[in-house]
Amino acid sequence: MAGALNPGGGGAASGVFGALRGWLLAPSLIVIGFFLLAPVCMMLIYSFLTKDFRGGVIWEFSLAAYDQFIFDRGLFGDEPPKIEWIYITIFWRSIWQAAIATILCLVIGFPTAYFIATRPAATRTVWLFLVTIPYWVNLLIRTVSMKFLIRDTGPLNEWLIQFGVIDTPIHVINTNIAVQLGLFYSYLPFMVLPIYASVERYNFALSEAARDLYASRWTTLREVLLPTVKPGIVAGCILVFVPSLGAFLAPDLLGGAKTFMIGSLIEEQFKGNAGNWPFGAAASMILLTVVLIVLMIYARQQSRAEERGH
Amino acid sequence: MGVNEPGSSTAVAITNIVKRYGIGDASVLALNDVSLEIQDNEFFTLLGPSGCGKTTLLRIIAGFEQVTAGVVHLYGEEIEQLPANKRPVNTVFQQYALFPHMSVLENIAFGLRMLGKGKAEIESRAKQMLDLVQLGGFADRRPAQLSGGQQQRVALARALAPAPKVLLLDEPLSALDLKLRQAMRVELKQIQEDTGITFVFVTHDQEEALTMSDRIAVMSSGELQQIGTAHEVYEEPRNKFVAGFIGETNLLDVTVEEVRADAAMCRVGDGAPIACSVAGNTTKGARGHISIRPERMSVSKPKRGDKLTGIVDRLVYLGTDTQCLLHLDNGTEITVRAQNAHESTLGVGPGDRAALNIDAGAARLLVD
Ligand SMILES: Nc1ncnc2c1ncn2[C@@H]1O[C@H](COP(=O)(O)OP(=O)(O)O)[C@@H](O)[C@H]1O
Ligand SMILES: [Mg+2]
Repeated sequence: MAGALNPGGGGAASGVFGALRGWLLAPSLIVIGFFLLAPVCMMLIYSFLTKDFRGGVIWEFSLAAYDQFIFDRGLFGDEPPKIEWIYITIFWRSIWQAAIATILCLVIGFPTAYFIATRPAATRTVWLFLVTIPYWVNLLIRTVSMKFLIRDTGPLNEWLIQFGVIDTPIHVINTNIAVQLGLFYSYLPFMVLPIYASVERYNFALSEAARDLYASRWTTLREVLLPTVKPGIVAGCILVFVPSLGAFLAPDLLGGAKTFMIGSLIEEQFKGNAGNWPFGAAASMILLTVVLIVLMIYARQQSRAEERGH
Repeated sequence: MGVNEPGSSTAVAITNIVKRYGIGDASVLALNDVSLEIQDNEFFTLLGPSGCGKTTLLRIIAGFEQVTAGVVHLYGEEIEQLPANKRPVNTVFQQYALFPHMSVLENIAFGLRMLGKGKAEIESRAKQMLDLVQLGGFADRRPAQLSGGQQQRVALARALAPAPKVLLLDEPLSALDLKLRQAMRVELKQIQEDTGITFVFVTHDQEEALTMSDRIAVMSSGELQQIGTAHEVYEEPRNKFVAGFIGETNLLDVTVEEVRADAAMCRVGDGAPIACSVAGNTTKGARGHISIRPERMSVSKPKRGDKLTGIVDRLVYLGTDTQCLLHLDNGTEITVRAQNAHESTLGVGPGDRAALNIDAGAARLLVD
């Protein structure tokens, strides 16, 4: 009986407990396994298969997909391999676009989150609700409406011309800026919400302590508030950066040929008959690997910093 | 190190301060026309029950709250317009408010760094502060790795490091357990004397106030009740609130029989007149209360002619003392405290009739 009350107590009772715990965990493990790991494993397997010309795959091992991503062997595949720059460029551009969108979200999202977190408790919920309202509308619809807003003859340009701010419309649509705006608009709440959560828990006496110890407002922000709410900021950045990196709606609808991103490249491979499933899967795996490496480097640095006591 | 004599100049002067939080019907009057002067090099305590406005007054001095009316001077200079980071005043916060992402040493060095001191000076001064609060080996720890008592010391060292002209302490000991609290009282007082910094100490604990302070300001519901040394506020309370809040006391209804220069003769019921010191003005025939501390009275077996008699309700053994609850014949409940000597010398037990004897000079007449 004592063992049953004390799960760590060893003996037969703890074995029963262990089994029970396993069973209780089973549903979540199955869900995670099925919906998270299985698709990734499938993509991993597909990326090493041979492409079928009508879409789909032939079950035959091949490195062709990765080879195609990295090397250029000429039109008929018989020339000596050179580095294929097209995909690497797309990849690099995606990282840039996602990074800029993340910075935009941070610059706008942090003050927003701070503002909401410092309202009286009763009004906070209302503000949070307002932030999330646009996200009740489908992402596709929102991206399309963004397109109408910022195109050359859209309301944004018309107002600016009407109020005499500009003479000729600013050309935003189909540029990198349009894509960044689209990504920013798509993922802003992912920045606001985690930062809000950490600022809301922030002990404002810390800011007072800093002011008391002769810190200016700016120094207080930089040296006390920001480091303390950093986990929220990091979470927000990851939550914006990662989906931005693989996004295809904003680059498809708001961008042009010069703003093509990796998400669109992958999307194309699985659409209709022209696609190349193994190639799309390989591009996905490369994207996933890069994201994981970046996150791991960050995590490693964090734990090192913790050990150093900083 | 203490170079200044207490009282040689005024450190903080609070003049007719009013502080109202909020506006309209929902507003709270936290401070109502408070004036006081804190001397240089003084250990000054703000004492009062929770919610009486102590923290508010401290925050006004620190620069975290704006006054609704009134003036604050710091060493003769008006400081309302100075933001908190420009005032040569540091605070030990109630919940310490240590920077969680910095080491103990970095916490202590923070103020010095903000003042733009040189690296070497910061380092040596911070180390010196660590030693002062006896945390020499803890420089590289994070606040979360320290006990409550250690965190409290770090907060103290951090606030002392920039050598402020005035140190504000908001109930710094209230989160510590009794033993530690008692040890810290002695230590804080010692540090104050060694550094010569003016301390403004906030507490709701009268014992803490009595043991540490040069002077005490007793507050209640936003108003100042009395300022004086520990001896003054205990022995010569100005009103019922002060008498009741500081230490234990007994209040007896009296009629004033005769008024002299600084004393009055008062009669309890039809008993013999008692000589009382007086707080304020009184006239013959006035009714009021006298306050008598439990340890300034005794009980004995009643003799013929004793006028103040009653029945012993209960005896409570308190270690050093025995407390006797006496139900007087006129209905008043009285607490008497007698030191426990070799043998029990009270001579009365529960249910016995007993006479109440009041020590000479123990009674104080309160008119309000
Ligand atoms: N920021 C505030 N807003 C509104 N009322 C406040 C605020 N701070 C304190 N009060 C009120 O002012 C009164 C005095 O508070 P405080 O100075 O904290 O008292 P103490 O420190 O003596 O416990 C209390 O009634 C409290 O509720
Ligand atoms: Mg308080």
